[in-house]
Amino acid sequence: MTKKTESATRRRPATEGGVEGSKSEAIDVEHWLHAYEQMAKIREFEEKVNELYMKALMPGLAHLYSGQEAVAVGVCEALRKDDYVTSTHRGHGHCLAKGASINLMFAELLGKEAGYCRGKGGSMHIADPDSGNLGANAIVGGSAGIATGAAFSARMRGTDQVAVCFFGEGALGQGLLYEVMNMASLWKLPVLYVCENNQYNEYTHYSETLAGEVPARAKAFGIHTETVDGQDVQLVNETVQRLVERARRGEGPAFLECLTYRYYGHHVGDISRAYYRSKEEEQQWRDTRDPLKLLADKLISQNLTDQKVLDQIYANVKTEVETGMQFAIDAPYPDQVEVDQDVYA
Amino acid sequence: MAERELTFAEAIREALAEEMRRDDRIFIVGEDVAEAGTPFKVLSGLVEEFGKKRVLDSPISEPGFSGIGVGAAMTGMRPVVDIMFGDFLTLAMDQIVNQAAKVHYMSGGKMKVPIVFRTTLGATRRSAAQHSQSLHAWVSHVPGLKVVIPSTPYDAKGLMKTAIRDENPVVFFEDKMMYKLKGSVPAEEYTIPFGVADIKRRGEDITLVATSSMVQVAIGAAEKLSQIGISAEVIDPRTTKPLDKQTLVDSAKKTSRAIVIDEGYESYGVTAELASVIADGAFYYLDAPVKRMGAMDVPIPFSPVLEDLTVPTEETVFEMAKTLCRRN
Repeated sequence: MTKKTESATRRRPATEGGVEGSKSEAIDVEHWLHAYEQMAKIREFEEKVNELYMKALMPGLAHLYSGQEAVAVGVCEALRKDDYVTSTHRGHGHCLAKGASINLMFAELLGKEAGYCRGKGGSMHIADPDSGNLGANAIVGGSAGIATGAAFSARMRGTDQVAVCFFGEGALGQGLLYEVMNMASLWKLPVLYVCENNQYNEYTHYSETLAGEVPARAKAFGIHTETVDGQDVQLVNETVQRLVERARRGEGPAFLECLTYRYYGHHVGDISRAYYRSKEEEQQWRDTRDPLKLLADKLISQNLTDQKVLDQIYANVKTEVETGMQFAIDAPYPDQVEVDQDVYA
Repeated sequence: MAERELTFAEAIREALAEEMRRDDRIFIVGEDVAEAGTPFKVLSGLVEEFGKKRVLDSPISEPGFSGIGVGAAMTGMRPVVDIMFGDFLTLAMDQIVNQAAKVHYMSGGKMKVPIVFRTTLGATRRSAAQHSQSLHAWVSHVPGLKVVIPSTPYDAKGLMKTAIRDENPVVFFEDKMMYKLKGSVPAEEYTIPFGVADIKRRGEDITLVATSSMVQVAIGAAEKLSQIGISAEVIDPRTTKPLDKQTLVDSAKKTSRAIVIDEGYESYGVTAELASVIADGAFYYLDAPVKRMGAMDVPIPFSPVLEDLTVPTEETVFEMAKTLCRRN
């Protein structure tokens, strides 16, 4: 865990000595407690989504983000509201981290009119342009063009917005990604490609689908590339802050591989997973690499907070999520006349 | 109105230039669109006027630059994406069909994709099977897309301006054999609405519904038919999506016979849709089954002797019309 220690060390100088030090330490704590809250929100949200599925209250399927929270939160906490993200089929975490409302997300998942897409998108298509979320995408790698185009547009419009493209290591099999990385590098676009390597392309370990090395693929285009421990929200956040600043300065795209793990199956219905990974492996990640626990342990060991504070945060989030779920359950379905509305703008 | 003659290519270039002067959110991206002005020289001169920031040469990456166009359109720009040959649409299909066409609906109407995909169609250029197809049926099949298939310089200019101003993804097909076709184009500003068919020639005995490259073929056939006393009406839908069903049906009701002529493959194609619209709307007025004439269901062959057999011609349309009018 040298990387984690490094990140903590990097953060320390700002908190050393004097009144100013204590002030920034306070800001620091607040920042990480907020990150903890955001991760807890995603964790609890996904638990409830799973519950809704198990109780047959949710139409269709969902791909849970549990286990990967530090990536979405670490990245989005380094972004401004007007920065763009594009998301994936496993997108609830990205949407929440970028600022989506729990109520409207649940409503969308249940196909209700109050949902982000008036019930027309569902779990895999949540979009919230108000928070810069250009949409989850059910085509693996499908949003790489959109994110790169948003960066291109930011440049043309003369803003300093950046775009973040989230994708899993499964998307490394898609040609689109390489085409747009080529153009992003050529044209120095302010886009950050965040590869969440959770090791599994659906039901297949990535070692069976991926030749060569992940970072080498981006480096081939002359793109600045880093790999980080994706369970360490502080490390992800500090790294992304650096890469985003770089992009804002016009220094071009970056590629960040985040090593992470998904706790559940490919989707909520993928319950018997023994044929592609062991229960022991799953348990080990939960026990030793859990992003919420890792952050909690670190904040407590540095005397920046105590368990009681964290428990309170978690309890509040739990209530918020339960309220949101109930809101969605009680919300009305769209009127049938909506079926052919909004095909064209 | 000042009358001028422009070629089809000049009309499109003029539409683009005028719109780019009007709206600085518009940019063009694609392969060899800048100094080369495309292999067909449709865009010649635009990079000189608007610069490389607005007329961008891309790598040979149809999905990539189409996707960048979609993302740019979603965030406030008005891209015109150049897909050099209609055959290459297949490469960009995910970005056009799964992304651009669905963003507005999937987002519950919150986002939109005002983008134009310019591309080509048409055989008989001796370009063989991968540079000769007319795949407008593919995109016409997809809700969320609008599809334009102009047949004259006048229509091309007016429809291109409408396409650029539309808030939706539009696929604009240009017949590459028609780029040098000349026609009258007023110098004054005008646009042509989508979903309004144009009667290219009035007639009483038979309706020839023809699209894009086939409009000239139908007009030629109508001339020949007039020499044997058959008065043919030529209708050009101009857009397959939206489709002006009423004008097609009204004409067929009047003439009681109809042939639909389109350069896409005949099976499962545009001709099938248009013929069905006519059969449905004018059934009790028809004296003969609605006939379809499309490209032969073969990959377009290279040899001129073979290629010319694959698409409807003035002669084959003339013969079909004669048969329908029982004049054989």
